[in-house]
Amino acid sequence: MTAPTVTKAAPDSRGLASKGDTLLEVRNLEKYFPIRGGLLSRVVGNVKAVNDVSFTLARGEVVGLVGESGSGKTTAGRAILRLIEPTGGEVIFNGTDVTKLSKGQMRDYRREMQIIFQDPFASLNPRMTVSDIIGEAMQIHNLNPGKGRIDRIAELLQKVGLRPEHMRRYPHEFSGGQRQRIGIARALAVDPTFIVADEPVSALDVSIQAQVVNLLQDLQEELGLTVLFIAHDLAVVEYICDRIIVMYLGRIMEIAPSHELNNNPKHPYTEALLSAAPVPDPTIKRQRIILEGDIPSPINPPSGCVFRTRCRYAIDDCAKVVPELREVAPQHYKACIRDDVL
Amino acid sequence: MTDHATNQAEVLLAVNGLKTYFNTDDGVVKSVDGVTFHINKGETLGVVGESGSGKSVTSLSIMRLIPMPPGEIAGGEILFSGAGGKAQDIVKMSEAGMRKIRGNEISMIFQEPMTSLNPVYTVGDQIAEAVMLHQDKNRKDAMGVATDMLRFVGIPAPEKRVNEYPHQMSGGMRQRVMIAMALSCNPALLIADEPTTALDVTIQAQILDLMRKLQKDIGMSILFITHNLGVVAEMADRVVVMYGGRVVEEGDVIEIFKAPRHPYTMGLLNSIPRPGVDAHVPGTPRKRLEAIPGNVPNPLNLPPGCAFEPRCKFAVPDCSKAVPPLEDTGGGHMARCIRWQDFAKADQEVRA
Ligand SMILES: Nc1ncnc2c1ncn2[C@@H]1O[C@H](COP(=O)(O)OP(=O)(O)OP(=O)(O)O)[C@@H](O)[C@H]1O
Ligand SMILES: Nc1ncnc2c1ncn2[C@@H]1O[C@H](COP(=O)(O)OP(=O)(O)OP(=O)(O)O)[C@@H](O)[C@H]1O
Ligand code: SF4
Ligand code: SF4
Ligand SMILES: [Mg+2]
Ligand SMILES: [Mg+2]
Repeated sequence: MTAPTVTKAAPDSRGLASKGDTLLEVRNLEKYFPIRGGLLSRVVGNVKAVNDVSFTLARGEVVGLVGESGSGKTTAGRAILRLIEPTGGEVIFNGTDVTKLSKGQMRDYRREMQIIFQDPFASLNPRMTVSDIIGEAMQIHNLNPGKGRIDRIAELLQKVGLRPEHMRRYPHEFSGGQRQRIGIARALAVDPTFIVADEPVSALDVSIQAQVVNLLQDLQEELGLTVLFIAHDLAVVEYICDRIIVMYLGRIMEIAPSHELNNNPKHPYTEALLSAAPVPDPTIKRQRIILEGDIPSPINPPSGCVFRTRCRYAIDDCAKVVPELREVAPQHYKACIRDDVL
Repeated sequence: MTDHATNQAEVLLAVNGLKTYFNTDDGVVKSVDGVTFHINKGETLGVVGESGSGKSVTSLSIMRLIPMPPGEIAGGEILFSGAGGKAQDIVKMSEAGMRKIRGNEISMIFQEPMTSLNPVYTVGDQIAEAVMLHQDKNRKDAMGVATDMLRFVGIPAPEKRVNEYPHQMSGGMRQRVMIAMALSCNPALLIADEPTTALDVTIQAQILDLMRKLQKDIGMSILFITHNLGVVAEMADRVVVMYGGRVVEEGDVIEIFKAPRHPYTMGLLNSIPRPGVDAHVPGTPRKRLEAIPGNVPNPLNLPPGCAFEPRCKFAVPDCSKAVPPLEDTGGGHMARCIRWQDFAKADQEVRA
């Protein structure tokens, strides 16, 4: 490996993108949740859920966001869509910083930026029919008015592998996999260009997961969607994504193309994550890196490198500064001060 | 792990034709419908299958924890060869006899530790309670055992932790407490029902590592229920695959992964991307997962013949005539499919 030079460039020129034209650029995104306490319910601290997160997505790209529970994946995904308000940073979508838009202006962008939720049981209103659920967003954005709307709903249902007659039914009449299909149809209803898929298969049975993964992959190709695919299962992410972003405790640890991340991880946390994933082949017995302890509290994250309390390569310097996310090979970024270990 | 030195493995638990049914307003749910398998001493038996296939009901039947009513054990036997030496049928055992076994010779860890740890007692109290129930120890000694057990499962500063409440611990730590509690009486059989499903992969790796080490030290058998094929591959010596309340395949772990004989098992194996191997390489055509079509069957309305028939790409008309028998395909590798011979032949042709 060539020794990379530490760039002092401004964060926005770091070009954390792949080739192709940029659809979304996230700059120094931050989301702190205040913790209130005491009699006056004053802010006594912050949950630093997302801290200085920067990356870009090219048009038509599928990028994975992985990391352990609590690492800030959902918060990042929602802050990008402004489903929750970021406390800092910029989200530049198609050249416009959407964090600066008013509610009214945001509505037009909402149409282009959709989300698919993890839990297909909780994310659909049980009292609405499938056609109401899918039609709702069209109505808000005044799309396909009149008879055309029913036709469009029927078409969407077919697209996600359901039947037009399903539109009169209620969510409880469907299995988990079918409900996730309804969630996908709802997201597609307004012709978005960008989708955040927040663990779309985690709640599904193993035999159903592949159906939904294939569906998402087909739709992405057919419609040229740009997707931020949030997951904790690295195997699924490697399989479906062009590139992968690894988060830990609110910060990005590494960004690399999927095959590169897998074959040549440069960050100690990624190395440990890969090593921890059980392999479905009983003839492979590997030596495992067992990370000690638990993920620390995001209220008081460790100083310097947030991973240092569990890192087997940690040295004194790791506690001093937050390692910068820097390019160590083409398209490959890591936030770790040590280049001599991986 | 398996005691390969002694060729005749000793059977610790034999489940024969177990039927556990639930009487509901909508009809009788045959959650477990004629399940047969065994666990040898010192081995880990992995149980996989879709949600609702009867994995938990099987393990709760072994523990005799099925709520009755609405549940009932409608048939079969569960022969346990515990400390007494000779095999006893758990199904017929008195509740008093069962109390001596449950939590002592057979113990269980659950998917969600919070549902089985009591929030109002310290973890030390709860482990000590289990110890005092089964061993002739006073409180002070039992608390000593609790502290030792916490240390044994790798909880740092066990002298302090023993006085903490479950909510003061992380998910991984609580699962360790569950394991400590389950092992406090040196069980012959540990039933682990999705013990790592709710945990992160790095914590899962810690727990699996711990379970393997403890098994080596204690020599217990483990019934390991999971839907994660990676975890099965890593932990199990033998595997039972369940579908619709029945065993559809059983065999040595390597056989199951390398030469599956039931289309459901084959479908499962093909439907998961393998870490590393299936990573997308830019500029190459995208791979596709081979998904199993359709949905999990409704337990109230199982197909008449083979329960997998509506989703099976190998189905022929005979498949819906009767439930296929569980047949030995060779060397104890069992499959419940009328076409297993075709698959065996195809496998041989490929290898030839
Ligand atoms: N509304 C909120 N108020 C306070 N803290 C929050 C809130 N939402 C999230 N957090 C905290 O922010 C951190 C990041 O949470 P987030 O849900 O983004 O993680 P995640 O990576 O999506 O995890 P998971 O894999 O469990 O879904 C966690 O510590 C969480 O407890
Ligand atoms: N108390 C009960 N009353 C009625 N039906 C029940 C009861 N307990 C379980 N069942 C049914 O028995 C069947 C098998 O359930 P079980 O919990 O064993 O599935 P499982 O294989 O453990 O699934 P999972 O992977 O979701 O844990 C399901 O259809 C379930 O709905
Ligand atoms: S900066 Fe130090 S602690 Fe952080 S990952 Fe690199 S070596 Fe480990
Ligand atoms: S019996 Fe028929 S339907 Fe059932 S698994 Fe075998 S081939 Fe498929
Ligand atoms: Mg999340
Ligand atoms: Mg279960």
